[in-house]
Amino acid sequence: MIEFNGVSKNFGATRALEQFSLTVRQGLVYGLIGPNGAGKTTAMSILATLQLPGAGTVTVDGRDVVREAGEVRGRIGYMPDFFGVYDDLRAAEYLEFFAAAYHIPAGQRSHLAAGLLELVDLPDKAGVYVDSLSRGMKQRLALARCLVHDPKVLILDEPASGLDPRARAEMKEIIRHLKQMDKTVLISSHILPELAEICDEVAIMDKGKLVACGTVAEITAVSRGARQMRIEVLDRAEELAAYLATRPGISDSHADGPSVQFIFSGEQAEQAGLLQAIITAGWPVAEFGEVKRNLEEAFMAVTGEEAANDGGN
Amino acid sequence: MAEINPVLLKELRQRFRNKKASWLLALYLVVIGAFVLGFTYLNWRNAPGFYQPSRSQEIFILLSVAQLFLLAFVTPGLTAGAISGERERQTLNVLLTTRLTTWQIIWSKLVSSNAFVVLLVAATLPLYSIVFLYGGISPGQVAGVFGFYLVTMFLFGCIGVACSAFFRKTGVSTVTAYGLTFALSAGTALLSVFLIELDRSYRAGASAASSLPLPPDFITGVAQFLQETNPIFVLMEILGTNSILNDFNFGLPYWGVYTVLYLAAGALLLFWSARLLFPRKNN
Repeated sequence: MIEFNGVSKNFGATRALEQFSLTVRQGLVYGLIGPNGAGKTTAMSILATLQLPGAGTVTVDGRDVVREAGEVRGRIGYMPDFFGVYDDLRAAEYLEFFAAAYHIPAGQRSHLAAGLLELVDLPDKAGVYVDSLSRGMKQRLALARCLVHDPKVLILDEPASGLDPRARAEMKEIIRHLKQMDKTVLISSHILPELAEICDEVAIMDKGKLVACGTVAEITAVSRGARQMRIEVLDRAEELAAYLATRPGISDSHADGPSVQFIFSGEQAEQAGLLQAIITAGWPVAEFGEVKRNLEEAFMAVTGEEAANDGGN
Repeated sequence: MAEINPVLLKELRQRFRNKKASWLLALYLVVIGAFVLGFTYLNWRNAPGFYQPSRSQEIFILLSVAQLFLLAFVTPGLTAGAISGERERQTLNVLLTTRLTTWQIIWSKLVSSNAFVVLLVAATLPLYSIVFLYGGISPGQVAGVFGFYLVTMFLFGCIGVACSAFFRKTGVSTVTAYGLTFALSAGTALLSVFLIELDRSYRAGASAASSLPLPPDFITGVAQFLQETNPIFVLMEILGTNSILNDFNFGLPYWGVYTVLYLAAGALLLFWSARLLFPRKNN
């Protein structure tokens, strides 16, 4: 449904995107994550036909965003990271205006606006001036605005930015509902645990490049070349930490109360051998296992590896 | 039936729903009305109980010139924030991702702003009835003056829209639009007066000017052209004061030169403004 193919984009001397390629299949909720300046907003702007790629091609539903920009606009709903609303317009009028801008017939607009306000849980705000709505309500109204022309693809740049926890939860619910409607959603956010909850797949970007992509499980596995392990013993935790430091494939071994944490590099058989060796040596082991990484830690690990590689180059 | 452009409809709805519109209209009428009624009062005071009908033409000139200055003040002010205001409110990008073309957006912005200016001018029509009350002015002259206002406000509006498309900040756009309007209104007049004086001294054989490499006819032609593109000179000519030189024939009457030039320049500015909204490879 969405295809970036070798896209590069410069702003003066700054390289915003470099040979960026990504494929998003229909019906997926796809997360774009990366630090500030990673190129997420640039990629989304190109997809939204607001900027031209310097090199490469981008297509939406098989339509090129440069040569068939009008066709693409009919297929996408775009919500930028920062957006304003019009003063002196009521919520329903706001949606009807955008419906007209997408050439929806006049007779359908008011019914459409009412339905969309219902979808984003603002049915009682139809007659309220837009600028008097709370930030969370404005975000939901903007999401409704993205849907006026029933697009196949939604591009949501930081839709949860600046929202309180309740408003974020409501936004998540709406995005889940959009997935049920078979919309393809490309979403960026800094709040990684929430992205992990709603996204089918994610892509990690850094310095304009795609660093990793796949399901959340795949991403966390990719970053798991060296695993964080934890052993809890009934006594002699300090001695165990010192013992582990002498073993091959183990680094950063340290005691923390009754438990010992360390970084382990090796196959599962070696991991089993390590446990057996500890028990044979006489430590009373209560727990032994891997400290599960979440998306945030995977993101830090992947972007950290990139930074280390860049530093080494 | 063709549907009204959604941006135009929205702009008109927003503009006329806003209380500022009523206040601006009231202020405009108070200023124009003060000119006319003040002048009428002075006329009556100098000759109590008697009104000289011949002076109604002076009132007409005063009213028309005052209105031109107010148009030059109001029109760029209303249009200079048309696009930059959308940028500042962060609504432009969303608008550009709809099925509306950049041309439709630009044109609607101009029409909605100028519609308000037309309302201002139309609202002054009752003041013109004071002039008609005492005679001395033909309906053709009034129609000419209002036609002149439409052409003038078109270009002034286009200048404002072009500045707002080019500059990111409304403040910079407004100052530049006023600067260009002033250059068009006063700059061309001053330059033409300067050229006429230069030509006069040249013809008189003054030493400083006699070394000029340009033929005197060329200088006079440029001066006349500047006058025919200057709104003050053209308005005075419509009002029957014979203020424009009549040495050259440009193939069109003075009002024809003015109309063609202003409409063409305005159309070019609008075209350029629409181009500025296209996505670019580097920005």
